[in-house]
Amino acid sequence: MNSRVGVVAPQDVLDRAETLRYRLGDRFGDQIVESFYSEAERIARRVVQVRGDRHWDLDQRIDRVVTSPLFGLPLMLLLLSVVFWVTIVGANYPSEMLARALFWFEAQADALFNAWGVPGWITGFLWHGVYRGLAWVVSVMLPPMAIFFPLFTILEDLGYLPRVAFNLDWLFRKAGADGKQALTMAMGFGCNAAGVIACRIINSPRERLIAILTNTFVPCNGRFPTLIMLATVFVAAALPPVFASVAAAGTVVAVVLLGVGFTFLVSWALSRTVLRGEASAFTLELPPYRRPSLLRILYTSLIDRTIFVLLRAMMMAAPAGAVIWILANLSVGNSSLAQHIAHFLSPLGNAMGLDGVILLTFVIAIPANEIVVPTMLMIYMGVGMMSEPPSFGILRSLLIEQHGWTLLTAVNLMLFSLLHNPCATTILTIWKETRSGRWTAMGALMPLALGFLVTFLTATIVRVIE
Amino acid sequence: MTSCKSCPVHNQLTHMGINLEKYDRLVTLAGNPNTGKSSLFNALTGLKQHTGNWPGKTVTRAEGGFILKGVRYKLVDLPGTYSLLSTSQEEEIARDFILFARPDCTIVVVDATALERNLNLVFQVLEITDKAVVCVNLMDEARRKGLEVDVRSLSRHLGVPAVPTVARTREGVYDLISAVAGVVQEEIQTAPRHPPLPPQVADAVEELVSLVERLAPGLPNARWVAYRLLEGDHRVRQALLSGELTRQVTPRRAPSRQPSPKIALEGAQ
Repeated sequence: MNSRVGVVAPQDVLDRAETLRYRLGDRFGDQIVESFYSEAERIARRVVQVRGDRHWDLDQRIDRVVTSPLFGLPLMLLLLSVVFWVTIVGANYPSEMLARALFWFEAQADALFNAWGVPGWITGFLWHGVYRGLAWVVSVMLPPMAIFFPLFTILEDLGYLPRVAFNLDWLFRKAGADGKQALTMAMGFGCNAAGVIACRIINSPRERLIAILTNTFVPCNGRFPTLIMLATVFVAAALPPVFASVAAAGTVVAVVLLGVGFTFLVSWALSRTVLRGEASAFTLELPPYRRPSLLRILYTSLIDRTIFVLLRAMMMAAPAGAVIWILANLSVGNSSLAQHIAHFLSPLGNAMGLDGVILLTFVIAIPANEIVVPTMLMIYMGVGMMSEPPSFGILRSLLIEQHGWTLLTAVNLMLFSLLHNPCATTILTIWKETRSGRWTAMGALMPLALGFLVTFLTATIVRVIE
Repeated sequence: MTSCKSCPVHNQLTHMGINLEKYDRLVTLAGNPNTGKSSLFNALTGLKQHTGNWPGKTVTRAEGGFILKGVRYKLVDLPGTYSLLSTSQEEEIARDFILFARPDCTIVVVDATALERNLNLVFQVLEITDKAVVCVNLMDEARRKGLEVDVRSLSRHLGVPAVPTVARTREGVYDLISAVAGVVQEEIQTAPRHPPLPPQVADAVEELVSLVERLAPGLPNARWVAYRLLEGDHRVRQALLSGELTRQVTPRRAPSRQPSPKIALEGAQ
């Protein structure tokens, strides 16, 4: 045997390895795996002692209900509804208080600037433009977020989200996607850009793309306030007060479910057409239920989420407020620039059951969905028209009486806010994650096209019935 | 004085995206997902950490450091994986890091409540490197579930130190880094026990291991190379032919400053 003496060359090792490999046959890999598993079992049996204990059973008993085929999904819906209901009921009053305080301040500042003799356009630009944008964002968004995020974080900390993924797994697999998409979708409820980044946990490139492209179908933090406000102002107000908050929460849940439905539908369609393939298997571990730590919940939900979203909204709202003020105050001919653009967009808006102002709003709000409602209201109200502090009641009568809103407008606005192009950050993130202009364009335009289609359909159906 | 940049070790390390300039020792953290690896990483590094991506990959990477008795340890967090078979990006990154960056110690974090399932990864890590410490984390949850884990016995069975911890409350973290320091300074001699194989297979593996060791004396992962060759892994064949695997067998850092008084493995008596 040549290799037993003298110097060993790499080729000798390889040759000998090949000989041994053929002698062992192709069971070698299996034998290694088997030996690992049986040794793991042997060691674990000697090292780990089990004492009978109730806690272990409790975890499993909870899981049996929470992830059962019968109760799993209904329980999930119930939890979601309760979270929204608490958010809507709880946010109502603080929102109005905040708005009153902030707009009182605007009026005071306006009076002060007038008294100092500051030119009207500076006062208008600064206080009725930039400041008002910020004030709207803070008063409309802060209270719901400060309630919604801690509740959501509690569910997350408890370990409930992996159970959601477990419950939804079979649906995603039916749609030809990865079960882990349930988790990236859940992340999308927080922020679609974060959801897109979270798609990295999906190994198969095909399934990852599906998850990235469909992430924007679930409403993010920036869109929840819009949904909650519309549900409160229009749907709830159309019903007797007893049912109002329940109906509002139900509406938001329905919109969320519709978004989840679109996620499945589009995933299914994609995996049958441009991203053809079968779903691959994965292991999902259900971590033990952990007692949420209060400090961490407050930190993640209030600092990481609420303040983060709010700051981002304010950073976007201030320049947007300025842009809106300019659009509303620069006149060409008899009407302002904003009116011209809105007028130009109104045929399309009307066909979709919306109006030109709403479409203009969504164009201005491309950088951040957070500012849809404030932008829209600012355009509607122009400058200086709003002398009294806003409340949900005044809002409602203003939109209905002065701008011809109907229940259809509110419903379609909710639909369009669910189905339209993702915000600029998310589009940028899709590009960063896919490095492909084609998929980025698809991720941006596909939801928009669906939004046009769906709102056009509902508007047409309602008009035909009427 | 020769430049640090010209040495092959340095090249290999910068390739992995590691900057060792401000650190004396390299330690890495491996483990299954959901074992509290991130909590442990935070407990060990505190606020001294960087996050980014693995070079050319879309997998997040975190690194930080800690200092114990004047020695600066760099800690690199590997992606959480169930195995090192390189069937996914994460597994490939974790495997290549232990294989090529050759950390001075690899901490394998295991879930005390699911030891059996977690041991698979431990065995795979021990195939590649002798320098490992097993961190038996989530001890509080094990206690809550009525599980008693005999960590000393586990350590005896594995042939490397095993330390019980609760990373979230930092319980046992100091013992862990002491064990890591012991392995790094070679005060603790590790002797991993490999799962027994059927006689015929074991003979073939032993023969190949000794052959690989003669080709590259001192190669720490000869056993892993032998396994892969017997499986017919093309990448490993190539790496062996090109010398990529065997290039850095010479000890790459100065021997430990304090000659070791303790030879025996902790908990082995």
